[in-house]
Amino acid sequence: MKYKDYYGVMGVDRKASAEEIKNAYRKLARKYHPDVSKEKDAEEKFKELGEAYETLRDPEKRAAYDQLGSHRPGQEFRPPPGWERQFGDGSFSFDDIDLGDLFAGIAGGMHRAGRRGGKAPIPGEDYEVTAHISLEDAYRGTEVDLELEVPEYDGRGYPRRVRRAFKARIPKGATDGQRLRLPGKGGKGLNAGRDGDLYLNIALHPHRLFRVSGHDLFLDLPLAPWEAVLGTSVQVPTLAGSVRLKVPPGTRAGQQLRLAGRGLPKPHGGEGDLFAIVQIAVPTVTSERERALFKELAGASAFNPRGHFEQEAAK
Amino acid sequence: MKIEQAMWLHEEHELLLEELCELSGLSETELRELVDYGVLAPVDSDAQHWAFGADRLVVARSARRLREAFELDPHGVALVLTLLERVHDLEAELRDLRAKLPRRQQ
Repeated sequence: MKYKDYYGVMGVDRKASAEEIKNAYRKLARKYHPDVSKEKDAEEKFKELGEAYETLRDPEKRAAYDQLGSHRPGQEFRPPPGWERQFGDGSFSFDDIDLGDLFAGIAGGMHRAGRRGGKAPIPGEDYEVTAHISLEDAYRGTEVDLELEVPEYDGRGYPRRVRRAFKARIPKGATDGQRLRLPGKGGKGLNAGRDGDLYLNIALHPHRLFRVSGHDLFLDLPLAPWEAVLGTSVQVPTLAGSVRLKVPPGTRAGQQLRLAGRGLPKPHGGEGDLFAIVQIAVPTVTSERERALFKELAGASAFNPRGHFEQEAAK
Repeated sequence: MKIEQAMWLHEEHELLLEELCELSGLSETELRELVDYGVLAPVDSDAQHWAFGADRLVVARSARRLREAFELDPHGVALVLTLLERVHDLEAELRDLRAKLPRRQQ
């Protein structure tokens, strides 16, 4: 059995009072609560914290934990002789068992190490993981490989950690922040309790060209000044290959040209749109001839892009 | 290897009140309180058997976790959830605005 330093996890002294333990829990829970926290490994830290708190808040479990002595976190150890008779039913094997599962099984006053007391159905634990996928995968639908370590119970109700690997199909239509549920893929239930679920949180990798908002996509479309003035037809990339887009004459920078239905598919039919955001790109290297033409244009044009400044000043 | 099908937690899927209770770990009383406080809304509040959009499961699970972690009373849970919803709305708006900002300045 591998040792876990619950006092270390909670950042409290081994002699800490129940009140100090509770306060430490609240403080860290605010930091790592998955609904509130922005920390990268919040979900894992919160589970670790919950496990430590569940053991240390219960006087019986805390006493049992304290008698295990103090070891390095992760160090293999065995409980002192007689421990399982004092806190368990004596028939317990400590190989291959997770300390958290062991303490989860010591119900107050039941004196049953590892075995969850009573016959009441206990639902399995839910798990939550983030699946990072590419925009192309979200567009087409994809499969992700998942690996989880979950407790399972043998015929006598003793827990064992099992690594479970499986593939999950993410249907097309996912977008950033979308949640999916894999029923029954969490921890095993006990006494005919239902198995826990696995929740998938979809996170899209940033894309080189497209930016995502909901099911809409945004793409920068650089145009040469003369293309914007005269209008043109340009080749634009989409997730389904490139399409031709008509740019009307007099197109301004910042204008959004909409390609209907070229965004991400929605889970229940329909698609988002793709918006090409116009930018006026200015050539940095110009030939003598180009400079001459621009000068000619400057002389011939009555266009005043800052007319509104003058109107404001005149008021 | 068997491929597991993931289910959308999306408003177009519906969960019955009892299903929402079972999956979130909240009691029916707690769920009804969250409806009373305006944090959760059934698809049709006049229906005899309440159904909820499956995306509400995310909110209901948050409610259960918040209540457990901070021993909040139903009003406290409702307050936190309301604020979280505002944060999520603002984040979505921020994402939308960022998506509309040109990336490459020339």
